[in-house]
Amino acid sequence: MIDALVVAVLLICAAQAVRSTRLLTASIWLGAASAVLSLWLYQMGAHEIAVIELSVGAGLVTVLLVFVIGITGQETGEGRALLPAPVSWALVIGSLLLLASLILPLPGTFVPFVPSDLTVLWQDRGLDVLLQIVLIFAGVLGILSLLGGAQTSAILSGRAQALEPIAAPPSPGVPPPVEAILPPSADESPEGVPHAPPEGVRV
Amino acid sequence: MNLSPINLALVGVLGLFAIAVYGLLVKHHLLKLVIALQILGKAAILALVAGGSAADRLQLGQSVALTVIVADTIAGVVALALAVQVQRHFGTLDVRRLSTLKG
Repeated sequence: MIDALVVAVLLICAAQAVRSTRLLTASIWLGAASAVLSLWLYQMGAHEIAVIELSVGAGLVTVLLVFVIGITGQETGEGRALLPAPVSWALVIGSLLLLASLILPLPGTFVPFVPSDLTVLWQDRGLDVLLQIVLIFAGVLGILSLLGGAQTSAILSGRAQALEPIAAPPSPGVPPPVEAILPPSADESPEGVPHAPPEGVRV
Repeated sequence: MNLSPINLALVGVLGLFAIAVYGLLVKHHLLKLVIALQILGKAAILALVAGGSAADRLQLGQSVALTVIVADTIAGVVALALAVQVQRHFGTLDVRRLSTLKG
């Protein structure tokens, strides 16, 4: 009973997120759907994924959406739909029936496999971790290039202006000009570096 | 009719999938499309965890669902960044008007 109620609330929140005309309301409905989904995942026993979904889906994505809505504005310009209503409903129902025919009902038996509790989740996933690192890196670079402006884009693409050249070191055997050498402090004078005598001292 | 928790989860998957596809087909605001894509990702996550639970391989389902969460989040964040740039350059987020813009 409670499971059915959770699923019903989840579907209602998702439907309201799509139907809402105001973007801020839609983003809050999406956050609520993420929270209910995390609750459902926790009830199914997927505790780690439930926590991650709650923090990422209900937290990060909602905050980002509100931030972007603040930048772009609330206007949705709701008007004529992209597709006629009968066509869109036919496509939705058709895809739904196709998916349902593939996944319902579940097969009766599966090959039993008993891995250790944490082995599959946190180990033996080297390739998966590498792919996620690449994905995150690509995403960060993409966002930087999109939002950073022309200068950041130039830096990322390697077209940044070169740093100003440092002063060329003096040739060996040629003493540097006296004016160019500052008298070192008493505890920092390196050995072998000539320095100008202090004022008033006769050499 | 008394559905088992796994089949109930799959009903939820189908419902989320239908809502997301409806949003992608009908809505023409870029941020609404991003929201629909997020709902589609949630359907995939629920399906993976439900499948893992049904096969007594919940840890495997969780690990794959974690990958989906990361990929879905990155895609959503990049899409939002694109939306910000589109708004700055073209002044609109209506995909109908964007598709008719000339370079």
